[in-house]
Amino acid sequence: MVTDVMTSEHSPPARGATRRPTRTYRVRREQVAGWLFVLPALLIYAVFVLVPLLLTVGYSFVRWNGIGPMTWVGLKNYQTVLEVPDLIGTVFNAFWLVVWFSAIPVALGLIVAQVIHRVAMGPLGAVARTVLFLPQVIPLVAAGIIWGWLLSLTGLVNELLRAIGLGPFTRAWLGDFDTALSAVGIIGVWVLLGFCTVLLLTGMSKIDEALYESARIDGAGWLSEFVAVTVPLLRYEIGVCLTVTMIAALAAFDIVYVATGGGPGNATAVPGIQIYVLAFSQRQIGLASALAVLLMALVIVVILPVQRLSRENP
Amino acid sequence: MQIARGERWAGRVFLVALMGLTVLPFISIFTTALHPSGTVPRGLVWPAEPQWGNFVTAYRVAEMHALLLSSTLIVLAVVPVSLVIATMAGFAIGLLRIPGARVLLALFVLGLTLPFPGVIVPIYILERALGIYNTRLAIVLPLIALFMPFAVFWMRAHFISMPAEISDAARVDGASLWDLFWRIHVPLARAPLASLAILLSIWTWNQFLLALVLVEDPTRRTMAGALGAFQGQYATDVPLLCAGTLLILTPTLILFVLFQRQIITALLQGAVKG
Repeated sequence: MVTDVMTSEHSPPARGATRRPTRTYRVRREQVAGWLFVLPALLIYAVFVLVPLLLTVGYSFVRWNGIGPMTWVGLKNYQTVLEVPDLIGTVFNAFWLVVWFSAIPVALGLIVAQVIHRVAMGPLGAVARTVLFLPQVIPLVAAGIIWGWLLSLTGLVNELLRAIGLGPFTRAWLGDFDTALSAVGIIGVWVLLGFCTVLLLTGMSKIDEALYESARIDGAGWLSEFVAVTVPLLRYEIGVCLTVTMIAALAAFDIVYVATGGGPGNATAVPGIQIYVLAFSQRQIGLASALAVLLMALVIVVILPVQRLSRENP
Repeated sequence: MQIARGERWAGRVFLVALMGLTVLPFISIFTTALHPSGTVPRGLVWPAEPQWGNFVTAYRVAEMHALLLSSTLIVLAVVPVSLVIATMAGFAIGLLRIPGARVLLALFVLGLTLPFPGVIVPIYILERALGIYNTRLAIVLPLIALFMPFAVFWMRAHFISMPAEISDAARVDGASLWDLFWRIHVPLARAPLASLAILLSIWTWNQFLLALVLVEDPTRRTMAGALGAFQGQYATDVPLLCAGTLLILTPTLILFVLFQRQIITALLQGAVKG
């Protein structure tokens, strides 16, 4: 339907073009018409993203249950978010998830990619890429359900622990205050490791062999070669991995909602979950919006330095 | 590269073990799904009498045909519309370099790292006011909008790399702006369009938050959203839940195995460009 509108609006100039207008005239005309090309995308983006963005900021200054009258409260919602442990705690939880979702997949991914690069560039490497990537394509909800079962009291994880004689350590990993958040983190490792590995591997295969040759002539061992050549040259790919995984951690929702719902207590509540609960269970639109603004600011503050670092020339 | 035999074998064993760990969860829910409905089986045991009927039951109670239809409809609405309008915008910003192109690009880039929970509340309120809450449109419209930053950015990256000679030659031949776009540049953009289509399809199929908040009826949701509802209903019946999860995963897994090269490439390029 969008196509129809555009075609009909553009047929007249098409016919007029046979008069061969001057180039500058055409270019100017094109540039005005060019705006019509942007319009559909801009319009839907404005209505369903830009306006909601402004509304979120607006709502964050009011007290509102979503139906009744709004009361202006200024910065009070932000004050509440920063002071109430259950609210600001979600931000700390998100940062703990960053360790699991970002640091571990990237570090482990570097190692796995290095192993594939060194010993398995043949069929085994190809199979490994596919298999490791598998968790990345399934819905996160499914990952949450699968691991909810694996990490349960009678699930596979505990069974394996018992099998190797670690029976005393078995527990409901997602239901235990001490382990729940890290257990959610493990799900993130499973989902994101393959993505990081494959991305880093692509970067590695672009590195010029000659650089390793010269490092070896300088007497570099496996480890110093890795630290001095591989990692710096993968700076950009590492930056991309960190960006993607950190957003996944800070904006986590699906996995947590399905695996724990934020519990036990508030042990695994992350901002996304808390926004959902505040807005749709407790009907505190103002508080939810203040937390949403904080979350969006947080993502930008965390991502910008990574972007800058990874794009800098080594 | 000279690699010692010991290292070669250690590395391979490590990789095989890691692959085992990655697929173990899938195997575990598969064996669990075959146990009698309502029991709580052990993590990794082949049942004495495999209950293949669980898959039939799960198919029926989850209303799989309705879910497949709903997800397909949503993908068929979101992906083509997103492709068309993002390509048009990318063309205008990257190739025509219309006045204000930089501002427009900045505006779209602004949304590139936007966490969906950040805007979900106003979208909900907006859709209630527009009267589209609890319809498929409630997922389709905001999803297209939320995809725009990435999709426009992606297509712009393609168009900005196109040499000006192509457009100039077409203009000399008297092609209208629409011809230039539709007959010349869209066919040339087939590769990035295909990758984008794959990415958007996966992301739509797997979208959960929008479905959860904006549509109550599971049969009007995306696959992932419906799975969430299924879990809510059958959380206590582990074998049935596992069977349902596997059923809902199957289309994605089949597509992945068929198009793995394209999907992996698209997801990697997507990350690098985004």
